[in-house]
Amino acid sequence: MDGSAADGARLPPPRAGSRLCVRCGERKAALKRPKTLEQICRECFYIVFEDEIHQTIVENSLFKAGERVAIGASGGKDSTVLAYVLSELNRRHNYGLDLFLLSVDEGITGYRDDSLETVKRNEIQYGLPLKIVSYKDLYGWTMDDIVKAIGLKNNCTFCGVFRRQALDRGAALLKADKIVTGHNADDIAETVLLNILRGDIARLSRCTLITTGEDGPIPRCKPFKYTYEKEILDYFSTECIYSPNAYRGFAREFIKDLERMRPRAILDIIKSGENFRISATTRMPEQGTCGRCGYISSQKLCKACVLLDGLNRGLPKLGIGRTKAGAGADSDGKQRAKRRERNTLSLQGKHGNFDF
Amino acid sequence: MHLTLEFGGGLELLLENSTKVHKVEVPPKEDGQATVTMRGLLTWVKDSLIKERPEMFVKGDSVRPGVLVLINDCDWELCGGLDAELEEKDVVVFISTLHGG
Repeated sequence: MDGSAADGARLPPPRAGSRLCVRCGERKAALKRPKTLEQICRECFYIVFEDEIHQTIVENSLFKAGERVAIGASGGKDSTVLAYVLSELNRRHNYGLDLFLLSVDEGITGYRDDSLETVKRNEIQYGLPLKIVSYKDLYGWTMDDIVKAIGLKNNCTFCGVFRRQALDRGAALLKADKIVTGHNADDIAETVLLNILRGDIARLSRCTLITTGEDGPIPRCKPFKYTYEKEILDYFSTECIYSPNAYRGFAREFIKDLERMRPRAILDIIKSGENFRISATTRMPEQGTCGRCGYISSQKLCKACVLLDGLNRGLPKLGIGRTKAGAGADSDGKQRAKRRERNTLSLQGKHGNFDF
Repeated sequence: MHLTLEFGGGLELLLENSTKVHKVEVPPKEDGQATVTMRGLLTWVKDSLIKERPEMFVKGDSVRPGVLVLINDCDWELCGGLDAELEEKDVVVFISTLHGG
């Protein structure tokens, strides 16, 4: 199953850039598109890259004229390219959008310095206003404060749970109508695989949607849903300034292996996720909203509110993994149910970042 | 052979002082011909430049999937991949995608 063998008759490997671009037929090809295996030059690549995203936006009616749109900006390559391409397309095709960059500052001394510098540079380069919301603004606590209260053991739970809601809360604070994020085709394929591996049917059916939360106050959409990470990097490679982040995991590596053997695999996984049909007899978890802040939650209170409650009451361990269940008073059945609930919660805590 | 190598996307962290740009002199293959192939260059980089976690850079006899390789700004797949023959003063760029977005 070697991908290159499937190409059939192949010319001997040419020296760099000796073939012509299949699109313009004039310049030398510099890239091979993973979706189509077409060999194209950089100039044509920029055109088709931007055009495809425009098509995705139009075909899926992602925006309405006059909307105020928050671009979730982490300072990484995906959101940097998203900010640039969206502001270009907004101008070129008169979307009529009021775009701004929205960044989250967790309040970890030193940690965001580089990436916040990058978003500040984006603000100037692309002429987009930048709003930075901090955990302090949103929750009343910085991560540094939280670490002081709880130590270095469970702090990642707080950071992860808070981050998942931070964009929504920040966007609400800044009166946005919509949030866009830079999640790309590789991210979505990875999420499809992880949700299949975990048997998480509810997330599986949601994770391939290009727009989520349409019934909520601020929908989120992913204009890069069909955009390969490799091409985002190709687009970006001229000014590579992002700071590296934690390495993701086995599903990501597996996807890159598949891509090498057969580049279409990434789009095919997304397609499989989109076409998954769930048996009508499957009981789906009910999705409600948090009784306190209104954020989507399957429990009475969302995880962030539970964690905040603990912090504010001086019991920071509240809501974290392994608290002992009430002393023996419960019947066995109830205890088992509680245990199941706790397990689900801690799973969400660990892997929640994938569910956007 | 004089080459300029650039590392990005986190790969620079595997090198001494996290330096991104390296101007290097790579010895040609020992079997006579004065050429350096990408296969030879990868081995040389792994042995001579990488200071830690080589598995973040190579897998099997190639780069780890998810590492973008450009030879003079051209995707190495179009230049012959591992068999691509390098020329004096070529610029080779390695960028990892295996990091946060």
